[in-house]
Amino acid sequence: MKEILVCGGTGCISGDSRLVHDALEQELSRQGLEAEFKLKYTGCHGFCEQGPVILVTPKDNFYCKVAPQDVPNLIHQLKEGKVYDELLYVEPTTNERILTRHDVPFYKKQQRLVLKNCGIIDPENIDDYLSSCGYKSLQKVLKLQPEQVIQEIKTSGLRGRGGGGFPTGTKWDFARKSVADNKYIICNADEGDPGAFMDRSLSEGDPHAVLEGMLIAGYAIGAQEGYIYIRAEYPLAVKRLSIAIEQAKARGYLGKNLLGSKFDFSIKIKQGAGAFVCGEETALMESIQGNRGMPRPRPPYPAVKGLWDRPSNINNVETLANVPVIMEMGSERYAQIGTEKSKGTKIFALTGKVNNTGLAEVPMGITLREVVFDIGGGVSDGKKFKAVQIGGPSGGCLTEEHLDLPIDYDSLLEAGAMMGSGGLVVMDESTCMVELARFFLSFSRHESCGKCTPCREGNTRLLEILQRIVEGNGEMEDLDRLQSLGENIIQSSLCGLGQTAPNPILSTLKYFRQEYELHVKNKVCPAGVCKALLSYKVMEDKCKACGLCKKSCPTEAITGEKKQAHKIDVSKCAQCGVCMEKCPFDAIIRG
Amino acid sequence: MVSITINGNQYSVPADYSILKAAEENGINIPTLCYEEGLTITGSCRMCVVEVKGVRKLLASCATPVTEGMEVQTESERVISARRDILRLLIANHDLRCLTCERNGDCRLQDYCYRYKVEDTPYKGDKKHYPIDTDNHFFIRDYSKCIKCGKCVSICAEVNGAHVYDFMERGFDTKVTSAFDDTLQETTCTACGMCVNVCPVGALVEKSVLWEGRPWEVKKVTTTCSYCGVGCQLKLKVKDDRIIGVTADKSGSNLGHLCAKGQFGWEYVHSQDRLTDPLIKRNGVFEKASWEEALTYVAHRLQGILQERGGQAFAGLSSAKCTNEENYLFQKFMRTVLHTNNVDHCARL
Amino acid sequence: MEDISKLIDKYRGSHGGLIPLLQEAQDQAGYLSRETLEQIAEGMKLSLAKVLGVTTFYSQFHLKPRGKNIIRICMGTACHVRGGASIMAKLEEELGIKTGETTKDLEFTLESVACIGACGLAPVMSINDDIHGKLTPEKIPEILAKYRRQEAV
Repeated sequence: MKEILVCGGTGCISGDSRLVHDALEQELSRQGLEAEFKLKYTGCHGFCEQGPVILVTPKDNFYCKVAPQDVPNLIHQLKEGKVYDELLYVEPTTNERILTRHDVPFYKKQQRLVLKNCGIIDPENIDDYLSSCGYKSLQKVLKLQPEQVIQEIKTSGLRGRGGGGFPTGTKWDFARKSVADNKYIICNADEGDPGAFMDRSLSEGDPHAVLEGMLIAGYAIGAQEGYIYIRAEYPLAVKRLSIAIEQAKARGYLGKNLLGSKFDFSIKIKQGAGAFVCGEETALMESIQGNRGMPRPRPPYPAVKGLWDRPSNINNVETLANVPVIMEMGSERYAQIGTEKSKGTKIFALTGKVNNTGLAEVPMGITLREVVFDIGGGVSDGKKFKAVQIGGPSGGCLTEEHLDLPIDYDSLLEAGAMMGSGGLVVMDESTCMVELARFFLSFSRHESCGKCTPCREGNTRLLEILQRIVEGNGEMEDLDRLQSLGENIIQSSLCGLGQTAPNPILSTLKYFRQEYELHVKNKVCPAGVCKALLSYKVMEDKCKACGLCKKSCPTEAITGEKKQAHKIDVSKCAQCGVCMEKCPFDAIIRG
Repeated sequence: MVSITINGNQYSVPADYSILKAAEENGINIPTLCYEEGLTITGSCRMCVVEVKGVRKLLASCATPVTEGMEVQTESERVISARRDILRLLIANHDLRCLTCERNGDCRLQDYCYRYKVEDTPYKGDKKHYPIDTDNHFFIRDYSKCIKCGKCVSICAEVNGAHVYDFMERGFDTKVTSAFDDTLQETTCTACGMCVNVCPVGALVEKSVLWEGRPWEVKKVTTTCSYCGVGCQLKLKVKDDRIIGVTADKSGSNLGHLCAKGQFGWEYVHSQDRLTDPLIKRNGVFEKASWEEALTYVAHRLQGILQERGGQAFAGLSSAKCTNEENYLFQKFMRTVLHTNNVDHCARL
Repeated sequence: MEDISKLIDKYRGSHGGLIPLLQEAQDQAGYLSRETLEQIAEGMKLSLAKVLGVTTFYSQFHLKPRGKNIIRICMGTACHVRGGASIMAKLEEELGIKTGETTKDLEFTLESVACIGACGLAPVMSINDDIHGKLTPEKIPEILAKYRRQEAV
């Protein structure tokens, strides 16, 4: 039977994929084709740029930007055993229509291990998960000793996908060795980096894989209870995880004496209440306990004294979703993927000024060039590549010189960036790096919990300095202040938020110092972004005195009579740029 | 015991010590603002950060346990640079009217700025201003001087149990205060004043000391609280032979903890109505007497009554304001000297 | 009131029940009033300071009623020059509230924001996700009526 897989990820849903699904359902039933085609509403396919997307098996024909009104034609073609050309993906450079998903450049270099079910199975149906080897890894694990499971994870070389990259097996080992009446497994689904959504997609698209990862972790460390801490901003993920938990309970994958073993395990969902810092593990535990999400000093580490002071193991969604994959394929085979110290794959959220935005799972060690140009299809609008910001507000930027750098935890750290959760924002020449740093700092400042002095007070001061610079009031000493205060905040803050918040500044200062200096010394924003540094001028020889600019200027800064070149009064100009947009003769320039 | 190196010297310290404690016991001072013995360690002010060999970031010495072979630098260049910035950041958001601050000369923030030569701050910008709360009877709350060390929150929640304060809002907007900024009368505050005693700066100040004298003019006299039998130790703040306030003394069994009476109830000492000499009633009128005369008179009468009517004629009532030792002696006296078991105690104040 | 006490019963004695309790209480009333928070503190045997500390930490919680429609009036330079203040005055007059407040019927919350980047349309305001530009005080009643009606349907 052929399957029609309609993407039900958050991105495609916002493009009305639900309506597409319903139209398909009606059409199939109207034509009595239910026996021929199985319709599924799946998780995210990753290529959000082209949404709503549909995949049709067995040939994996990939249809993009499908609207409900396309449905009759689509079904008509499918019924005939044909391909509906008009909705196939068009390769922008060659204008060729591409027939199958794996030939679409966005997918070509991907290695979808963790995302293998996303977009394929119906996340609200446990049978779908079971039929794609779901819970097989758990069955395997229950026949092993917990120590053997930990050894497998150690052999696989899996490292935490949430940012720090701590070896997962070692973390489990610590928790295993802590003695207590109760232990906890916590799944960190409090993904909050602007531009990162892999954990959301996994939870929405393959929720049982997350549960299976937790179960295996629970068995390994000797825990009977698990918590999923998830942002309240992810309602669909919450819903699908809740459904998955209920289904798993009903089928005996959660509860007492699982699959005839002596292992008991239950999972609860806790919803966040709007605090980015709760992604930090000790703040997260404070939040579950009903407190302000303020990080605790470590040691004691969660593996010794975590939730309710009991040994706790906390991993993020992507890390846990790797676990069943490792157990299924075997740790040694898994360890062959990636680089020497970073094994397996990593999911990146590709956004910004790039042609193909979306989620891409790639083997560790892939170069930035492959991600941006092959998978991402290059910089959009034919502009020049400037940099990528990797790791969100705690990361840094990488420039042209890093394009051939194999991406892994250690190479990124060395380059002054960090993996973070895997947000990858591509920037072109129209991105101002000072403004970018200011944006991330304003985020970190807003999300600082306020507990420790360097982060609470320091990030405010960094932001103020950057604000001064983008407004044209900076002085050269400000650059030294950014550097030294930034370093001191990193050195002395209590938790990961403060210890990484200045990274976007330090790395842009390192690679784009000249841009900062231009803002300070010459009062110029070369990218043309910082409003206060822009000035608009009418080029007299091009001005046809049509008066459109004068009419559109909100501050009445433009004067000029008929047949007379117009002028902009700089003292009245609010730098909004409307005149430049309105001028039909390109007579207004920004400098 | 573990062996650690601090600033190049080797020390042997108990394995459950923090770096801070290990340093302190060996005469090495590490600056702290949020640390207070007996309260939960929050590690929030970051003043006590130190450099530990092999660790990339600086560590809060209050919260980091010692480990065998640890090599610590408490005043390295990196450490000093971080501490200087922390101080600059704190004074950038602090009401710097130190000239008339009651804590001038007795202020940790001031001391550390002096120690690390922080004369001014380069971080001029947003600054929090809050009106001074003078509504409660005993102390003022001047939150423009608060450095968010959180010691008042901890001592109120963990020692007193009233949990009147907490951190409100978050980030730069964080404020340590009562719920809805209520005046303390509207809260469960018991006016124990311990928050005032732990405040390292001039954010919480007793009203009684306002404009009464600079800290260096005030003598601190250790004494025992006269209110009840617990026998709390405290220090009287004395200026020109008059008490102007009370502060904690950690050497006693009360570990520096006090209640409202011990902390604020000392005004009676200077009351005009207070009895300062024994009085003997003669012909229906009380007349001043010397202590010797008074005690002789009492002893004489007690002996007389005992001989005439026996022990059953006596009843002794003592005070809860006396210490346990005094009450013990009192009942012993009643039983063995006056031969009576009629002893009682007011058991209330 | 009764409902809050039922909610409190649901979470009483539960480990870490405070945050979900606050979430559900807010879902019911749209915000967390002082009265509600006092009831929660009493019911959960927590100090009011603790409850308020938690409430003010998380951006999801609101201590003041929020309207169904959030009006944000732009205070950027361009809007200011083009009479943003008179728009603000008209809105305050029409709604009978000051900036930062919410109408009694919980229909509208009025806020001011820095430039929203639609200077060409100055003066502008946004209601929920819609941008309304080239405003004059005379247009305000009509626009507000549209949102009131929408809510009524």
